[in-house]
Amino acid sequence: MIKGYKGIPMPVRYLINAGLFVVFLVVVSSLTDAKVISTYNNKIIMLIGINIILAVSLNLATGYLGQLPLGHAGFMAVGAYASAIFMKAVIKTLPLGLSLPLGLLIGGLVAAVFGFIIGIPALRLKGDYLAIITLGFGEIIRVILLNIDSVIGFKLTYGAAGLKSIPKTTTFLDTFICVFLVCFVIHAILKSRHGRAVLSIRENEIAAESCGINTTYYKTMAFVMSAFFAGVAGSLYAGYIGILDPTGFGFMKSIEILVMVVLGGMGSMIGSVISATVLTALPEFLREFDAYRMVVYSLLLVVVMIFKPTGLMGTYDFSLSRLLGKPWERLTSGGKSKKAGDR
Amino acid sequence: MLTVNDINVYYGPIHAIKGVSFEVRPGEIVALIGANGAGKSTVLKTISGLLRPKTGNIVFDGRDITKLEAHKVVRAGLAHVPEGRRIFLQMTVIENLEMGAFTKSTVSEEDLEDIFTKFPRLKERRKQVAGTLSGGEQQMLAMGRALMSKPKLMMLDEPSMGLAPILVEQVFSIITELNKAGTTILLVEQNAGMALDVAHRAYVLETGNITLSGTGEELAQSDEIRKAYLGG
Repeated sequence: MIKGYKGIPMPVRYLINAGLFVVFLVVVSSLTDAKVISTYNNKIIMLIGINIILAVSLNLATGYLGQLPLGHAGFMAVGAYASAIFMKAVIKTLPLGLSLPLGLLIGGLVAAVFGFIIGIPALRLKGDYLAIITLGFGEIIRVILLNIDSVIGFKLTYGAAGLKSIPKTTTFLDTFICVFLVCFVIHAILKSRHGRAVLSIRENEIAAESCGINTTYYKTMAFVMSAFFAGVAGSLYAGYIGILDPTGFGFMKSIEILVMVVLGGMGSMIGSVISATVLTALPEFLREFDAYRMVVYSLLLVVVMIFKPTGLMGTYDFSLSRLLGKPWERLTSGGKSKKAGDR
Repeated sequence: MLTVNDINVYYGPIHAIKGVSFEVRPGEIVALIGANGAGKSTVLKTISGLLRPKTGNIVFDGRDITKLEAHKVVRAGLAHVPEGRRIFLQMTVIENLEMGAFTKSTVSEEDLEDIFTKFPRLKERRKQVAGTLSGGEQQMLAMGRALMSKPKLMMLDEPSMGLAPILVEQVFSIITELNKAGTTILLVEQNAGMALDVAHRAYVLETGNITLSGTGEELAQSDEIRKAYLGG
């Protein structure tokens, strides 16, 4: 549906983006190796990556689809536990190169299944009602994980004691490859025909329906995808932290992710990335101010909401190719005119 | 082309449509007129699959569409321009039109050009965000969007709503032109005078029942209609 795009051709655009991503990976890895970035800071950067996935995936349901699910931490928990149990079971038998992607996939898929089961009834509701049913779901997950420690005789989740000694397999590289893939997939879908359908549902559901869009299908699709990526983030988190405690996946965690999305701007991917970065890093870097750090955190939220109620970025999305489009055109057309001059 | 057989529609316990039957023949403009709450929009929503009738059936082009989901009804060739225009406010004019062709796998330039010749105003504003259009332009965009799906029958819900008299006239002359170009039209209107003017045939809906029917002219002359809807 996208009309002839002028400027940088498609493969080159992808190459530029992928290239910049590789540069980022190499720079941060080598800085860590050279001890410029401490291991502690490197850990925070990984946590930022996980939170970016959470925020971007929630943004798919909140910003682009226009719903308000409040149970994102629930999907994250389901994914985290599923992949943690899987990793514990296979870590000794399967090579890491195989078990790690499988673990991420299982975490994502289990969360997606839950997303589907919740989404079918929940998406018949709108606004506050959807918020409440997903909030309830998130709490159910937490309470179940807190109170059940074995499934049909197998000791799996360990209830309130927490799931311990999960293999710490998540590395910096894995985290950011996932961040890149998740952002890429969501971006690609949004630019496609399916993405248009999702956006049109946000704009006006009745109009979308009267354009021949199967709104139930697209709503469920976006919701399940959002759950899938939350599950992937949960899997990364499990392998990052090494111990899963159900209380960490409560209502406040869902709200924390939602705050990232709202602060960054609903419907802006770059907004989610920026605010996930800031809101993860800020409390850490304010640690020396101890008790005041949460004050600063909340003040920041209040100030942004007063001066920029649509979020930092609104619905604006950053596009590297748009930024580079002009110089590129000058470069290519300049080349051509020179040739003409030669003749 | 479209036959509605004795449909009964309920909103919970409320019996909104009480056994309504009517038909639209190919090439016609049929108007459904009536006061607020008569059930005009409900009838349209039922035809386009947004509501389900409890009993009765709807046949379109020889096919029973009573239980068809809304998005499949559009594919069958029946476009619905919903009440209050309902365009995608944050998308551009072009994007709105492209959404209208969602059921087709590609958008052809000719289709777009075709719409732009029918609605020259939209061409001027093709790159503009739809929310910045005036009410009349939004109505034209809504109609243009519906036409993008190449419907055999177009249903218009209150196209004159909230428009200045001159724009109402414009919208209705466009409706007549579209009809002459081959689109069958089912029109729901409160503006009975205007609707009866352009319609070949009309039905009067009163609290869920069809109380009168006839050609547009006949109804415009009828004393009952004049008293109830035309002011004298």
